[in-house]
Amino acid sequence: MSARRATDAVSAWLFRALAFGAAGLAAVVLVALWLKSRPLLAHQSLGSLLWSSDWQPHAGSFGFLPYLAGTIAVTGVAMVMAVPVSVLAAIYLAEYATNRLRSAVKPLIDLLAAIPSVVYGMWGVVVIVPAVKHIAASFGVSCTGYSLLAAGVVLAVMVFPFLVSIIADVLHAVPLDAREAALALGATRWETTWHIVLKHAAPGIMAAIVLSFSRAFGETMAVVMVAGNVAAIPRSLFAPVYPLPALIANNYGEMMSIPLYDAALMFAALALFVVVTLFNTAAHVVLHQLERRWR
Amino acid sequence: MSIRRRHVVERLMQALMLCSLGLVLASVAAIIGVIVVRGAPALSWRMLVQPPQSGYYAGRGSGSGIANALVGSVYVAFGGTLLASLVSLPVACALQKQYLPGGVRRAITLMLDVLWGVPSVVTGAFCFIVMAHYGLRASLAGGICTIALVIMPVMVRAMAEAMSAAPAAMHEAACALGATRFGVTVRIVLRQTVPGLVTAVLLAFGRGIGDAASLLFTSGYSDFIPRSLSEPAASLPLAIFFQLNSPFPEVQRGAYAAALVLLLIVVVVTAGARACAARLGIHVVR
Repeated sequence: MSARRATDAVSAWLFRALAFGAAGLAAVVLVALWLKSRPLLAHQSLGSLLWSSDWQPHAGSFGFLPYLAGTIAVTGVAMVMAVPVSVLAAIYLAEYATNRLRSAVKPLIDLLAAIPSVVYGMWGVVVIVPAVKHIAASFGVSCTGYSLLAAGVVLAVMVFPFLVSIIADVLHAVPLDAREAALALGATRWETTWHIVLKHAAPGIMAAIVLSFSRAFGETMAVVMVAGNVAAIPRSLFAPVYPLPALIANNYGEMMSIPLYDAALMFAALALFVVVTLFNTAAHVVLHQLERRWR
Repeated sequence: MSIRRRHVVERLMQALMLCSLGLVLASVAAIIGVIVVRGAPALSWRMLVQPPQSGYYAGRGSGSGIANALVGSVYVAFGGTLLASLVSLPVACALQKQYLPGGVRRAITLMLDVLWGVPSVVTGAFCFIVMAHYGLRASLAGGICTIALVIMPVMVRAMAEAMSAAPAAMHEAACALGATRFGVTVRIVLRQTVPGLVTAVLLAFGRGIGDAASLLFTSGYSDFIPRSLSEPAASLPLAIFFQLNSPFPEVQRGAYAAALVLLLIVVVVTAGARACAARLGIHVVR
């Protein structure tokens, strides 16, 4: 009897300790990145790191503005393309589609989500980059194809499955009686969706958008392969960009040979971590609350 | 608004929605189509069983293969999944209501969700810091730990979800018969949720084998099949990344072949996860 009690107590403490440890990992990552980027913060003020576009590691000056602008531009372009399409597709799946269509489409969406980002990158290099080059040429712009637009398109396709499946789930969770009341009052299905369902689901849809924004924000491999990686603030859709994750991925090899360079890359990682974590926390808090309210 | 106009709007929106859904599905088809069309001619048995002969930049003739990347990826993904399962299973157990109060569980779940969202390049950078701190170089072991860290949050979430679906009545029956909390967890809940657990592990494996950004720093790259945990290991995603930019068509073919192999693995694993959930579920008492 007591042996069983002891097993129970010991295992319970072990489970709890591991759970707290796992949950605390995010904090450990934050502290480690901060410790490693401290030399850079001592060397240069945060303001000049974020607002200067003077990037000369050899001369000891690190201005992250082109990279930040690149990241925001790429993510913005991707979201502008992905959000309307995904919201409409999710509404169709949740409100209009028959069960048969829904269960046929779901595995495909899951598959899209499961495709590794390098494969997206390769697809971008093989298909999107030449296409962008072609389009740029028809506008009379000379462009290698490795550009803001190419990275945006690849990222947009990458966030499709996240947006569609989260939004479809959120819409699906909207209580049925609200819909029935609207339909009974003579609203068309679209009017019901627009006035009732979307209003109910708005916080959840916002959360889904924020979540996929932060996923796109930190996406590395697909972007590094198609963005062109030229450190300048992009002036057009056909200009090459150099987002933060690409900076980290491209320079890990040299980072030990130049003073402060490793701190600069870790600062880039820290910046990514902070932005993504803030966004994710907000989005998940909203989603968890909705889940509890509608259960 | 006239009734006619309202119907026009209804039709218009439906058409727009169908177009959007079509676009999403077309992108699935486009990606898979391109990978298959490019990869299939490049793929051969020799490609799979031969490591690159003379460095991946110089690989010429028929001498280049991706065996190093294939084996490296399998090692890293298997090791990472195993390590992550060892941690995830107890954590998922702790997320049952018998172990922690609701507020704490919600907080831990939130932290794990946030950890899940951390970009893998950041996780890689973090693991690199830790390895550098202990004087470790890029190695198979480093890659395994990194991948474990990347996939752990997904695995815990999926496992906890599966365990929370176990019927409460069975739990109460076991308790009434005098089982301890641990006994209930191991003999009832875990046994009941085997399909969910297998699905969680397979999905995490699929995620782990495709992750590249975190491996850049931690597992390195080599032309040889690793023989010990301390040697650097190549991986399929990194093989695609490095070889695609090569000026030699023969080396590029390696990237196409690697992408097809990677895609096949991911598709098989994802389909396996679904099949497990459906098939193993038959024996579960509901």
